[in-house]
Amino acid sequence: MFRNVAELIELAETQGKKISQVMIEAEMQVSQRSRAAIMEQMHRNLDVMEKAVQRGLTEDIRSHSGLTGGDAKKLQTYMKEKQFLSGPTLLNAVSMSIAVNEVNAAMGTIVATPTAGACGIVPGTLFAISEKLKPTREQMVDYLFTAGAIGYCIANNAFISGAAGGCQAEVGSATAMAAAAIVEMAGGTPEQSSQAVAIALKNMLGLVCDPVAGLVEVPCVKRNAMGAAIATVAADMALAGIKSVIPTDEVIEAMYRIGCSMPSTLKETAQGGLAATPTGRQIEAKIFGVPMEPAQ
Amino acid sequence: MKFQSVFDIIGPVMVGPSSSHTAGAARIGRVARALFGRQPEKAEITFYGSFAKTYKGHGSDVATVAGILDFATDDLRLKDSLVIAREAGMEIQFLLSEQLAEHPNTSRIRLSDKAGSIEVVGVSIGGGKIEMTNINGFSLQLSFHAPTLLVLHKDQFGMIAAVAKVLANNQINVGHMEVSRRDRGGEALMAIELDNETTPHVLTEIRQIAGVLEVSLFALD
Repeated sequence: MFRNVAELIELAETQGKKISQVMIEAEMQVSQRSRAAIMEQMHRNLDVMEKAVQRGLTEDIRSHSGLTGGDAKKLQTYMKEKQFLSGPTLLNAVSMSIAVNEVNAAMGTIVATPTAGACGIVPGTLFAISEKLKPTREQMVDYLFTAGAIGYCIANNAFISGAAGGCQAEVGSATAMAAAAIVEMAGGTPEQSSQAVAIALKNMLGLVCDPVAGLVEVPCVKRNAMGAAIATVAADMALAGIKSVIPTDEVIEAMYRIGCSMPSTLKETAQGGLAATPTGRQIEAKIFGVPMEPAQ
Repeated sequence: MKFQSVFDIIGPVMVGPSSSHTAGAARIGRVARALFGRQPEKAEITFYGSFAKTYKGHGSDVATVAGILDFATDDLRLKDSLVIAREAGMEIQFLLSEQLAEHPNTSRIRLSDKAGSIEVVGVSIGGGKIEMTNINGFSLQLSFHAPTLLVLHKDQFGMIAAVAKVLANNQINVGHMEVSRRDRGGEALMAIELDNETTPHVLTEIRQIAGVLEVSLFALD
């Protein structure tokens, strides 16, 4: 089993395999399950993701608090009716990423990738890029294994939750995972996938987790949107041959160190950042009113 | 390696909004329920750290109770767990602690009925993955990702060998093992993660070992 991105890439390149194939074989070894069983489970995850994207793009999604919902549709309408500035694949990825995260905020069914707070980015980019590249269903499943391989490395060498390492750990991981998977689907090398991870994650470093009223809504939905945009652009940069000066595993290590030194007020406690703005506090008071009694 | 499977990263399939505060909270509740072995009459839930600060927004309270009702993370009844528990006659109490826990997402669950009680502490480490750090006062670190055998036994020589012998005779490999005790010579808890599925007769054999007090087996999902 690989322990970090460098080992993962070395395994892939020396064996002439894709990252997704290395991940599938590692999973077979660790879980002692058949390839068929593993593939079937990932196909089921893909189906759940597809439903979530469709729900977010077509239904009137509103969260219980009323803070989020409807923005994915808004962006789709804008793309149909207006002359938009960034590319259609990029905006589609953004819109689909918002769609899934809006469904999540409304307590709908999603797949955590790697978490629920960051669940929009991997499926959002996947279904948007798929409209462009027209992959087979199997290639779409491979996308998830590649994303999973990168997430596995980040989770075991740093962290993937906002409470542990801030938003850089959560949306940051998802963005890096998606960037690597896009590169592979577009025909890039494992090394280019690794470069995309470094480029994407570097642009997420320091991002704090400051959810208003503790809800996975503001700013989470819009951070998923921009995570999808960064992942897509980072993949394009890596495919163009651009390299990160700082090696990928060192970027992950930097993310870990930054997360460790981040104060707890900025790690999913709703005590700092946007949560502590006057508007953030007003929203919190309006939704929750009086807190429960503290324990002795 | 804390995360061992690709499905820890791409998964679980779950009802939103938070893998650590919803799915993870639910899984801690579900482990507590499984170890208790039946639906409790009373559940006392204490949240620490980020759980204490943001449980309402993430539905950690609803999710924990859903777990105690033995619901999976993608069970659509999760949202209505408080009502379902009340209708089932379960008394539920939430407490918020200002105490510093080792991990920001920690919950302590005490389940009881007339026949007995159990108290566990669990930590949600991210992406829906959990670690149980305390069971009835025994410190340990268990994810319940693999089938996990818990053996409560007298703290005396030969216990580990006797249990291991039963597993060996049944060709069951041990993936991970921990032994924890509160006091020397009192009771101890042996936790063994198994690589293979096991059969009820293996549990019966272990129960028959002199000095073994209780045996249970559980895995999440």
